[in-house]
Formats: sequence, structure tokens, C-alpha cells
Amino acid sequence: MAEAFVHEVHHHQAPAGFVRKYIFSLDHKVIGKQYYFLALFSVFTGMILSWLIRIHLVWPNAHIWGLSLLSPNGAPNGLIKPEYYLSLLTLHGTLMVFFVLTTAPQSGFGNFFLPIQIGAEDMAFPRLNMLSFWVTFAALAVLVSTFFIADGPPIAGWTSYPPLSAVGSVSGPGEGLGQTLWIISIALFCVGSLLGALNFIATTLELRTRGMSLMRMPLTCWSWFITAILGLLSFAVLLGACALLLLDRVGGSSFFVPGGLVISDKIIQHNGGSPLLWQHLFWFFGHPEVYIAILPGMGVTSHILSCFARKPIFGYKVMAYSLMAIGFLSFTVWGHHMFVSGMSPYTGFTFSIFTMAIGVPSAIKTFNWLGTIWGGRIRYTTAMLFALGFVSVFVTGGLSGLFLAQPPLDMYLHATYFVIGHFHLVMGVAAIFGMFAGTYFWFPKMFGRMMNETLGKLHFWATFIGVYCIFMPMHFLGIAGNPRRYSAFTDNFLLPLMPLHEFMTIAALLTGAAQLIFLFNLFWSMFKGEKASQNPWEATSLEWSVPSPPPFDNFDGNYPVVYHDPYEYGVADAAKDYVMQDSPEVIAASGH
Amino acid sequence: MGLALALVIAAFTGISVYIFWAHTWWFPPDISVHGPAMDRQFNLTLVICGIIFVLAQLGLAWFAWKYRDRGDHRKVIYSHGNNKLEATWTTAAAILFIGLNLMGYKSWADTHFTGAAPNALTIQVQGQQFYWYFRYPGPDGKFGPTHVDLVDDAAGNFYGLDRVHDLDAKDDIVTATLGIPVNRPIQLILRSKDVTHSFSVRELRIKQDTVPGMEIPIHFTATEEALKHNGGRYEIACSQLCGMGHYRMRGFVQVMTEADFEKWLQAQAASQ
Repeated sequence: MAEAFVHEVHHHQAPAGFVRKYIFSLDHKVIGKQYYFLALFSVFTGMILSWLIRIHLVWPNAHIWGLSLLSPNGAPNGLIKPEYYLSLLTLHGTLMVFFVLTTAPQSGFGNFFLPIQIGAEDMAFPRLNMLSFWVTFAALAVLVSTFFIADGPPIAGWTSYPPLSAVGSVSGPGEGLGQTLWIISIALFCVGSLLGALNFIATTLELRTRGMSLMRMPLTCWSWFITAILGLLSFAVLLGACALLLLDRVGGSSFFVPGGLVISDKIIQHNGGSPLLWQHLFWFFGHPEVYIAILPGMGVTSHILSCFARKPIFGYKVMAYSLMAIGFLSFTVWGHHMFVSGMSPYTGFTFSIFTMAIGVPSAIKTFNWLGTIWGGRIRYTTAMLFALGFVSVFVTGGLSGLFLAQPPLDMYLHATYFVIGHFHLVMGVAAIFGMFAGTYFWFPKMFGRMMNETLGKLHFWATFIGVYCIFMPMHFLGIAGNPRRYSAFTDNFLLPLMPLHEFMTIAALLTGAAQLIFLFNLFWSMFKGEKASQNPWEATSLEWSVPSPPPFDNFDGNYPVVYHDPYEYGVADAAKDYVMQDSPEVIAASGH
Repeated sequence: MGLALALVIAAFTGISVYIFWAHTWWFPPDISVHGPAMDRQFNLTLVICGIIFVLAQLGLAWFAWKYRDRGDHRKVIYSHGNNKLEATWTTAAAILFIGLNLMGYKSWADTHFTGAAPNALTIQVQGQQFYWYFRYPGPDGKFGPTHVDLVDDAAGNFYGLDRVHDLDAKDDIVTATLGIPVNRPIQLILRSKDVTHSFSVRELRIKQDTVPGMEIPIHFTATEEALKHNGGRYEIACSQLCGMGHYRMRGFVQVMTEADFEKWLQAQAASQ
């Protein structure tokens, strides 16, 4: 027992100055919060863009107040022009995928909690950590700046396929400076993510405290670790791809543009490039990216389900191995985005087999989540509701993937709303449910106060019902053949679908409005919430063994020693119904 | 709270299943020879996914209600997992998912691993911002070469043909509608003039990107069913973001009897 104190105590003080403490901070907890608020700004901006998208689709003649001030060219008198619609969806996708889904679950929560959960004082490279945040911040600033340039934001979508994205403003509005800035923004984001990934990997491998073997890490740490490896391998490729695309635009090279093109009656002076090369490079990043978005959500869901079901996680090792399997397989499936791209159909079929295979570890995780709550004693906190909601939307969204993974079915469903419904549920909504669960769960530790549970539950019910009303109908639209990225439905066959679109728009407006409850709860609780105790949820992992909020160096120089697996809940003979990881208490062998 | 969650999950599961079951929003009619196999594969996948969906959601709902904390301090089932169960559901999921994919193999192979029939009528399709144009080889059966520098949309020379000097181009027929005869194999050679587009006809169950720098062949046969709906006229909707006018990049397929097709083609030839 005395082992816990064998380390020499090195207590570190926080820097005194405001700038070094809150702006250019080296403290992983401050940087984690910085990432969190960057994502919060991005998610609300992205959500407002989605409102504009939805409003324009069903009420194309609506004059949207104030929009003409932001974009006199794109939305004169508040009327959204077709090209501005494409700008909105491009920025919506880019903000959400990069600056929300990649940022909050990994860089936000991961930064704050990885070091504490493995018993470390900070991340391995604090200066690199600060640099990765500020590079990411610069990336966001560059992206947002495209709203304010004369030509408007780019219109090529978050996937920015060349030649549309490679040949400059001849191919359309927004494809001049706006597209160049988009590429610079994403390249910067890649740099920030690469630095972050290095830091996460080094921290996980090198800074675990005594007794914290890899197989004793909370599943959150496993998910951040695997996500960091995916980030390291995939953002490197996207960075290269962005460099090549930028060179095609400004350096006269032709990586992605073949010869003989005529756009707007102008002969394009490129030769020898391949549009499919970009698609391969982009999706080599893009598919692991989907898992970068969702793995941390899986980690936090496992963490929270076990805590509030008061039961050990079902199949801990299988959960860790399935994260690894998903991580590995995620590099073998990118071609399923390209079944109809002109890629060899034999190659396409091979990709489809791997894609079906990646459904297996995802299914295993679902079974284990159900196994975790089976026979439990569920405490219905808001965090738990969102974790259960995660399982529900992940299953729903995941199953529609089994359709899209099959080339003959994708030949019909590709680029329809079926795809939009699928990925919004499985990686968008599910990941956001993971973030909400994480916020309600960890808020006491991050800010030292409790969030309001009544408002939290109200927020959950509105959001849970709302997202199904928005995204489930998209599958029906897709089956009816409704193409995505259309700014107006003038075609005869699409007109009968309008009532469904109207329903979705109203659901989106209401669900979005419900997020204001969350925003209010977040900021109100930060200052007025009830003071949080050290371990309000009676949880087992190390973040609950330090004060709320934790001191500057987390453990005041006393590194903990870990004796137990991370999810020892419902232990029969223990003093309480749970045993913390750093508790020297002995657990009777009968449990295993 | 557990009951409320269980009821909400059960409710949307029921509503979703009903809408799929009732075909409230469903596929348009199928007018191709290869389409029914795809539709069958879709229905098979729907049944399997539907069963998993209902079992998983209702299982979640049931557990959420049954295992709620009733404040009675009952003991939880202290379990770290079960390797036999893990092995069982891993094997079952692998067989089911990969097996399902392999069952769709033939449908994909028939349309993509074999070429068009030798007697197929070959037509070139060109996508460009934001129109579709079609080229028939004319009586000589040969497409004339294209010249980038001769492309002139205002003069109607969308392909850049030199009808004066190129013999093969002289009788080429360029149209704005894709006229095809029923029951005859059709081969389309897809190309793009500027950026990537996607040739997609819902009723033909076909979608294929048109990629700059590539000529991509696809093939299909329209069935008699095609003549029974919309006067044989079906929309070609661009399915790859191609610029500001993407949403209005529409063309039409007109399916005709063989005799009507010949008449139509002659009329088109006369108007070149």
C-alpha cells in the first residue's frame, strides 16, 4: 500500500500570466478545453448552415434575414442562389467533419482526459500540443475567411473532386480564391492533426503510471490511441494530396487534370493528370477519417455504459481488439466510395468484401454494449441516456451501410439521400451523441460544477426524437432516387417527395433549437452549477481520483499506482459497489 | 425513464418498419433487364437488416426498461464477458455480412464483368456543365475523331467534330435526347468534356460517373416495361457535383419500339 507514495513528489505550479495560462497554454487540460470550444463554435456554425440548406430546399423563395449582409452576391435580399447553396453545403461538411467530429472527441476530450486516465502529469510533448491547437485554429480561421471574400466560399463539396476544384474560377463561382483557401485550411488542419497524433501515441506508450498496463487502460484511452494511429497514417496522405491539388491550381502542374478539357468554351492547359488519383488519395484518408470520428465515441459510450449500469464492461479484451480490427480494416475499404467512379469493377468488388468485413467488429461492439447493460442496475443520468442513444443511432446508421457496401445496390443508391441518412446517423449523430455523453459525464471534472440534469434530459429527448425525424426519412428519399447536392427539386419525379422534405426541415429547425438548451446549460452550469465532488458518478477510473477540477499537474506530484481493471463495478464483497483503479482493495477472485 | 426510453425506441422502430413494409416511398418502376436481380438483392438485404434492426433496437429497449435502477439495491450480474458468446456472434456476423455480399456478386458481374453483347447499339454520352449530349455513329458505324480546338457550344459543335475533313464524322448524329430501341442491348461510352459528372437513370437502375480523360463503357437493355410508363421518357439526373448548375443538369432517355427508333434517328440525322 505504501507503494502509492514511493515516487518523489514533484509538484508543478501553473504559470501566473493570463496569456501563458489560458491562451498559449502548455497545460493539456486548457488545450483540451480550447479544442472543445473551437469545436463548439464550429458545430453551431455548421448547424446554422444546415438550417439554411434545409430552409432553401423547401422554401426557396424565403428571404432569410441578415444573410445578404454576410453574402450580398450569394444571397441577394436573403435569397440563396444555387452556387451559394453549394457553398453552404461545402462549408457545412468541412466544418462538421474536420472541425467538429475530428476535433472535439479526440483533441478535446482526449487531450483533457488521456493523461489523467493513464496517470500522467501532462501530454508527452506539451509544446507540440500547443502548436497543434494553434495550427488547427489557423486552419479554422482560413476556412471561415472564405465567407468574407468577394467570390464567396468554394462550391466543390467537402470532398472537392477535381477537375472542378483544380482548374480555378473558370469552373464556377467560389472556385477561385475560395477553393485555394479551402485547400490551405485543410492542409493546415492535417499538420495540426499529425502533431496531435504523434503526441497521443507517445503519451499512451510512454507515460502510463505504474500498474497501468495497456490492458488496464479505460476503453476511452484505447479509442484515443487507435484513433491517433489512424490520424497519423491518414492525415499524412491527405496533406500530400492537398499539396498536389494546390500545385495543380497555382503551380501549373497536372496531377489531377487530364488533357483535352474544355470548360466554358475555354481549352484547359493541363495534361496527363487523373481525377481518380485524387479520389483514391482523398478516400484513403476519408475512410479512416470516418473511424477517427466515431472510435472516441465508442470509447466514451463503453466507459459510460459500464459506469451507469454499475457493471464491468462486457468483454473488455474483445472491445479493445475490435477497436484494433476496425482501425486496421479502415485502411482497406476506401474504394467503396468509388464503386461508380470508373475504377475497375473487380477492384470495387474486393473493396466491398472488406467493407462487409468491417461490419463484423462494429457488430461485436454493439453486442458487447447490450451485454454490458444486461443484468445491470441502470442509473438514468443524462450522460447514460446519450450513451444508450449512441448505441441506438449507431445500429440504425450502421445497418444502412450494409446496403451501400454492396456494389450492385450502391449503383442505385450512390449519391442519393440514402447515403446522407447513413453517414449522418452512423458517424455524425452517433459521434455527437458521444460528445454530449462525454460532456454531461466529464463536465464536473472539467469545470468543477455539475450540469443541470433536468435541462440535460429535456435536451436528450428533443435531440433523440429529433435526429430520427431528420435522418430516417433520408433513407426513403434515397430509395425514391432523390440525388444529393441538388439546390432545387424542379424535376417531376422529385416533387412528390416535397412533403417529406418539409417534415425534415421542420424537424431540423426544432432539433437545432433544442441545442440552445444545451448551450444555456453548459454556460450557466459553468458559473452557477452545483459544486462537483471529486467522484460524483461513483466511477472507477483515475480522473475521479483527483479533485474537480484537477490541479495544474493533475496528481500534485503523487503519481497513482494502478491495481485494477478499469471497470470494476458491482463488485460483491467490496466496501462500496465499485473499486477504483488505484484502490489497493483486493477483489475476490470469484468474480472472474 | 427506462420505460420512456424503451417506448420511444420501440415507437420509431415500429414506424420505420411500417414505412419500409408499406412502400410509402419506394423505387420507381424498373425498366431494365438487369434491374430485377438488383431489386431482389435489395429486398434480401432489407429483410436481413430489418431483422437485425428490430432485434437490436427492441433488445436495447427491453434492457433499458428491465434493468433500470429500481432503488432496491439488487445485485448486478457481475460478469466480464463470455468468450463462447463472443465467438458465436463474431462468426455469425462474419458469415451473414460476407455471405450477403457474395449473393450480390452475380448481379454486379453481369453488368460489370462482361462486355456488351456483340449486336449492341453503341452510343457516346458526353456530360458537360450542365447538359448531356449523345452521339450515334451513323450508317458507317464509326465515330469520327474529336478536336478540342473545334469545340464550339454556340455553333452546336459540342464534341468538336470536323464534318468537312473527317469522313467518319460526316454522318455522326449528335442529339440532346438519348433515344434507344426497346429490347436491344445498348452500350454507352461515357465521357466528360469538363469536370466529373454522373450518368444516372433511376428506372434503368444505372449510375456511372463520367470522368474527364476516361471513356467508360456501360451496357443495359430496356424492357417492354419501359414503354408502359411516362410515354417511355425517363430522366437522366446528374449525380456528381459538377458546379453551380448541377441540380438542373437533366437529360432524357426516350425508349421506343425498333421502328419508331429508326424513324427518330433518321429525323435526327436530317437535322444535323
